Amino acid sequence: MVAVTGSRNATVTLPNDEQILITREFDAPRHLVYKAWTTPELVKRWWSGHRGEMKVAEIDLRVGGRWRYVMVANGGFEVAFHGEYREIVPNQRIVNTEVYELPGAADAEGALNTVTFTEVDGRTTLTLLVQVPTRELRDEILSSGMEVGMQEQLELLEQLAISLR
Amino acid sequence: MCGMARAATTADAFNAVAEPRRRQILDALATRERPVNDLVRLLGVAQPQVSKHLRVLREVGAVEVREEGRQRLYRLNGRALKPIHDWVSGFERSWTERFDQLDVVLEELKGQQEQEGDGGGDR
Repeated sequence: MVAVTGSRNATVTLPNDEQILITREFDAPRHLVYKAWTTPELVKRWWSGHRGEMKVAEIDLRVGGRWRYVMVANGGFEVAFHGEYREIVPNQRIVNTEVYELPGAADAEGALNTVTFTEVDGRTTLTLLVQVPTRELRDEILSSGMEVGMQEQLELLEQLAISLR
Repeated sequence: MCGMARAATTADAFNAVAEPRRRQILDALATRERPVNDLVRLLGVAQPQVSKHLRVLREVGAVEVREEGRQRLYRLNGRALKPIHDWVSGFERSWTERFDQLDVVLEELKGQQEQEGDGGGDR
């Protein structure tokens, strides 16, 4: 059977040509959401979703500190991102840069991410605003999701086909 | 390059339908075809504004118009909206997956917190 979870979808909007806004509500107080967002061993458990295994999660949580995440995707290839923390308000707000690592290439232009955690009645709304220098980069980021998404759909289809055999 | 150009077009369409007022218009047109006056009444916005939004939606193909007598009737073009949905749905799904995993971690943290009787604080 194909598992269909009753998950609450992340909401994605494009406030302007150089931005992506991702929003999601969590049934947990914000200090816990913040903890899960900033603790390496916890990040390792959720950041890759179902797309692979986290190999590296380094977090030096201070202004000017670096972070680096490496995922080994299901296809066997590595996907790595890194950046620097620009602003940290514990349990409330983190601003950091994010660059997609291209092997053997100098750092390309990256994104400036602003994460906010807002708690109401024990539930937390998380917003992640991705600010990029150009609309082309924004569209690239969005389209990259489409390819992986299609791959996943194929896998789901395959599972479905197997379950129907 | 070809792929990029296509994505940029879809991005235009996505931006067009991301605007809250224009989403309201699309919602109103989802149930049936309507003249501008209908939309003006439903949205409580002046006609020039509604017309401006309709023009943007028509440019990206999200809305179509036809003449009937002296009226112009607007309707939703669902087919034009599908690529827009597909375009971000992969990205959206990848975040939905991540956040589903994060839910699992949070449930565990909540359990630990109750055991420890730790009512707040950072770590």
